[in-house]
Amino acid sequence: MTFWSDPDGFLANWLIHLLAGIGIPAGVAQAIGFALGAAILATGSLLFVLFLIWLERKMIGRVQDRLGPNRLGPWGIFQSVADMLKIFTKEYITPSGADKVPYNLSPILTVAAVLMVWAVVPLAITVYGVNLNVGLLYIIAVGSLGEMGILMAGWGSNNKYALLGAFRAAAQLISYEVPMVLSLLIPVMLSGSLSMTQIVVKQDIWYVLYTPLAALIFLITSIAEVGRAPFDLTEAESELVAGFNIEYSGLKFGMFFVADFLHSFTISLLVAVIFLGGWRGPGAETYPLLGFVYLVIKTSLVNSFIIIERASLPRFRIDQMMDFTWKVLTPVILILVVVTALLEKTLVMAGALAWVRTGIMFVVNIAILLIADTVVRRHLARRPRPDVRGKERPVARPENFFSQPGSGA
Amino acid sequence: MLSNWLYIGIFMVVSLFLPAAAIFIAGLLAPKKPNAIKNATYECGMETVGDSWIQFKAQYYVFALVFLVFDIETVFLFPWAVAYNQMTLFGVLEAIVFILILLGALIYAWRKGALEWH
Repeated sequence: MTFWSDPDGFLANWLIHLLAGIGIPAGVAQAIGFALGAAILATGSLLFVLFLIWLERKMIGRVQDRLGPNRLGPWGIFQSVADMLKIFTKEYITPSGADKVPYNLSPILTVAAVLMVWAVVPLAITVYGVNLNVGLLYIIAVGSLGEMGILMAGWGSNNKYALLGAFRAAAQLISYEVPMVLSLLIPVMLSGSLSMTQIVVKQDIWYVLYTPLAALIFLITSIAEVGRAPFDLTEAESELVAGFNIEYSGLKFGMFFVADFLHSFTISLLVAVIFLGGWRGPGAETYPLLGFVYLVIKTSLVNSFIIIERASLPRFRIDQMMDFTWKVLTPVILILVVVTALLEKTLVMAGALAWVRTGIMFVVNIAILLIADTVVRRHLARRPRPDVRGKERPVARPENFFSQPGSGA
Repeated sequence: MLSNWLYIGIFMVVSLFLPAAAIFIAGLLAPKKPNAIKNATYECGMETVGDSWIQFKAQYYVFALVFLVFDIETVFLFPWAVAYNQMTLFGVLEAIVFILILLGALIYAWRKGALEWH
């Protein structure tokens, strides 16, 4: 075992031997190793957020024909470091009516809920936090802890805007969780395992080719779970001023910010691991670090897509958003699960090769997507549009557009 | 197996500790000059009328009920999905009947107007 073939195991072995050398029993040494690994993974992902914030500002700047941050360091890359240092010295303003315990606990819980997902995600063939046999269920369970944090923030602030934002968030998150969880059924069916490492190992053909519709629905619902545009109703600035985090200041607000950016990167990571083959690529089995590079590239592509999509789409209205998940996504994914289960079993019994099955399933997925799209379009065209004109208002209508009233011209 | 969950437990403690420590350290660095106006509830410059902790109609409680049905459904479906590759066609058909009944339930809730946002 060398560093290049198994970096994780190599370092762990080295650490345990080092600790055994100074007379620490193996069990305690393992626990210390675990704590160090967890601390490195968690700190690394938190520091990575600084880069993500810079990247997002830069890319959105480009989309909007601006330069984005460009003063500090090359291409303005240290801008977020300066922002972080500034936010560290900001005063905490606690509203006098707030319920202190949920108010202070919720930023911590929101960040922790996102960080804990990283414990089970395989970053390369031998580099992962832990190979949990129910990894996918763990991710779903931990992911829904975040909405607890949002509800606690809204309730604890004792502010009406915050409360409204939190209730919107709860309605949105529980509604989008249904199609998200159902779309994960198909990778589980194909790989026959809930373990994240197994799902990656079984992906000789990327699942996005096998079931592009499930991948698309997972991406859309994940964006809604994060609460990003076009699903950013929880923090609609124009309606709720800032939503659930309105009463927070200083680093407590910063923690919601960090959780938001880290969460969006985490869902890109999940899409890459579950549907885009994770660390799979040429030479990734022998050199795990190469697999890590592949994973980073795939994740960055998905993350860039999310950023550009954020810059280009307008926000949903709340009834449109609820209709979209319950009346479009949920029926479509249920039908897709039924069709996939039947067709895959029939094809396997008929002895079709993996590539043939993938091709057939790809065509079927696209067909379902097109049918669903047509049905929705027909329905929208038939529905009468409500007349939303207000009452007639007096408007200044000068006879001559070029003359100013009272100027005598 | 047990050490897996030990790692998860340690990871949970670490991921709760990091943001808590950051907030605590920032609290030491930050100035503390509270006054009554600064600590008032923010409402676009207006004075807040009454408490926020009142009784009100949660519009989405029907959504929450439908969500509960589907959440329990997935608890049943995930073990089925794990065992899918070893299953005969009959086992697959049984699960499909189960999913179709749930699809019927969704259509029923839809027809009853439970999925409308008022």
